[in-house]
Amino acid sequence: MIKITDLQAKIDDKEILKGLNLEVKPGEIHAIMGPNGAGKSTLASVLAGREDYEITGGSVDFQGTDLLDMNTEERAREGLFLAFQYPVEIPGVSNINFLRTAINEIREHKKKDPISAKDFMAMVREKSALVELDSKLASRSVNEGFSGGEKKRNEIFQMAMLEPKLAILDETDSGLDIDALRIVANGVNTLKSDKNATIVITHYQRLLDYIVPDFVHVLYDGKIVKTGGKELALELEEKGYDWIKEELAN
Amino acid sequence: MAVIEQKKTGLNSSTIWNQLSETELRIDSQDKEMALRVLNNTPMPTTRTEAWKYTRVSKLGKIEFSNQGAQLTSIDKYIIDESGTRLVFINGHLSEEFSSEEFQDELNITLLSQGEELAPSILNLDDEIFHSLNTAFLTDGVQIEIADNANVERTIQIIHILKGESVISNFKTIIKAGKSSQANIIQGFFAEGEGKSNFCNSTSEIFVGENAALTVDKVQYENESTFHISTEQVQQEKNSVFTINTSTLNGGLVRNNINIDVNGENCVSHMNGVYLLKNKQHVDNHTVMNHKVAHCDSHELYKGVIDDKATAVFNGKVYVRPDAQKINAFQSNGNVLLSDDASVYSKPELEIYADDVKCSHGSTTGQLDEEAIFYLQARGLSKKSAHKLMVSAFIGEALDMTKNENARAFIDNLLLERFGWDF
Repeated sequence: MIKITDLQAKIDDKEILKGLNLEVKPGEIHAIMGPNGAGKSTLASVLAGREDYEITGGSVDFQGTDLLDMNTEERAREGLFLAFQYPVEIPGVSNINFLRTAINEIREHKKKDPISAKDFMAMVREKSALVELDSKLASRSVNEGFSGGEKKRNEIFQMAMLEPKLAILDETDSGLDIDALRIVANGVNTLKSDKNATIVITHYQRLLDYIVPDFVHVLYDGKIVKTGGKELALELEEKGYDWIKEELAN
Repeated sequence: MAVIEQKKTGLNSSTIWNQLSETELRIDSQDKEMALRVLNNTPMPTTRTEAWKYTRVSKLGKIEFSNQGAQLTSIDKYIIDESGTRLVFINGHLSEEFSSEEFQDELNITLLSQGEELAPSILNLDDEIFHSLNTAFLTDGVQIEIADNANVERTIQIIHILKGESVISNFKTIIKAGKSSQANIIQGFFAEGEGKSNFCNSTSEIFVGENAALTVDKVQYENESTFHISTEQVQQEKNSVFTINTSTLNGGLVRNNINIDVNGENCVSHMNGVYLLKNKQHVDNHTVMNHKVAHCDSHELYKGVIDDKATAVFNGKVYVRPDAQKINAFQSNGNVLLSDDASVYSKPELEIYADDVKCSHGSTTGQLDEEAIFYLQARGLSKKSAHKLMVSAFIGEALDMTKNENARAFIDNLLLERFGWDF
């Protein structure tokens, strides 16, 4: 699905990613954990194509094509989805309208006909129910006046609508209460198949009780420094990150 | 041709009226005398003139304009409201062929060239070179009288089309809305083809009678080499509602002056505008809201999107006179710049002489939110679509003020045609 090799990136002359390697195969869920400032959100931004970052080395292969060579919308159309840590409010732009435009531009990219209004509305009903998002919210301005939990559910709703190949959830659990967390996780689990993959970026083990990862990676100082199974998350929760730092120092 | 001889000794060296003859219309003799005096003794405004600080008209003064009629084979594309009646003027001359033959009984419509001598104008002529030009060289005009209590069901459209090159139309519209009447009048301004350096110099005198409700929708879609200067001078009597929606969608140099005097209590005034500019267009909206008496509301909303090297100017003045207590006056101007070379000059001015009033004004100028655009692109939208959505979200509120659905559809269509934006 995606193969990241020796990825290096900087912003304002500050090196953030310093040779990151990661491979994700279809059907897998990978969790990326790490202390603040390790580069977790940078990784998400770089993969989504945010222009503030400069790629200084390495490569990213996404389903056989060079991801770094594509602009943001091309990546999205090829099936990459980023659930934002801080979803932006866009007053005046309706959620539904923009999603319909997005879906149709993705379909056009794949040389398919636009979706019919009827099919689209049926899809909206189905997918908004999945994340228990009030259909009124679905048709309001993008994230405007949404609570923190509603914004995150809206991200998963959009993910459900767009049916990506690879979803990157950037700290989707931050600011969620336990009910919202369960709803979000349920959405992610329901959408999981052996054809798509998910990268969950998180600070806390908590989310991983609900979205069970196949692999857990520790990102520290711009590199993946440790990889393990889901039990690694529990160990990190218990012992913090210091022991990893010590391990590295030795 | 007395004017031309006088001109040579006057201060005004512009060539605007070298080729024009004085109006043959029966305008008020004092007005005419005044207009000629102003033309001869007033230099063209420069950017040192406060009211023209950001709008250069020196180019206008170097053109020798002419005024002749022209023929068109069709005006279908200029019909804003299919269900309405219409008066069509080409270069300021009535086109009987394209105008409606009949109007509602309660309307009294007179061509100024065929009517009685005009009453003294309510326009200020002193120092106002374009008002004076309009007065002294008036091509023609129309007076629409709406009878008391009339509910005018079909929109009345006044469609102005400029055709030719260096053609001027000095046009006057007089609207008298009788007591408790209700009407929607549309003024459409167009230019046929790529005709160069045409000039529409239009004035309107609008009287809104007691308890009347009058809406004027002004749609401007001339071409990028057209000059357009127009003034709406409005008098509102008590308990009346007046709304003017100005949509400026094309034009080279456009200056709109709207001056509303509220003479009676319990009036509501709405002034809304949208302006969308690209290339080197220059659009200037100057408004004056004059609250002379108590217990009135005014709402003003102007929004613009400026691309390329275009320039927008907004100057909104609100006066609340000493006896005008309990006034609610709101004004808002918002601008979005789509390019680094686009400019906006926005100047709200409030002068309040009463102490029990509620007034607010706001002016914003910014760019589209880059973070929002990235968000939309991350969902698969092209940059162009993302911009389109953001622009429509920004300007939608002001576009929605045009309540006439046919006019709105017409405007949407022009936006699609000119900017590729569908709303």
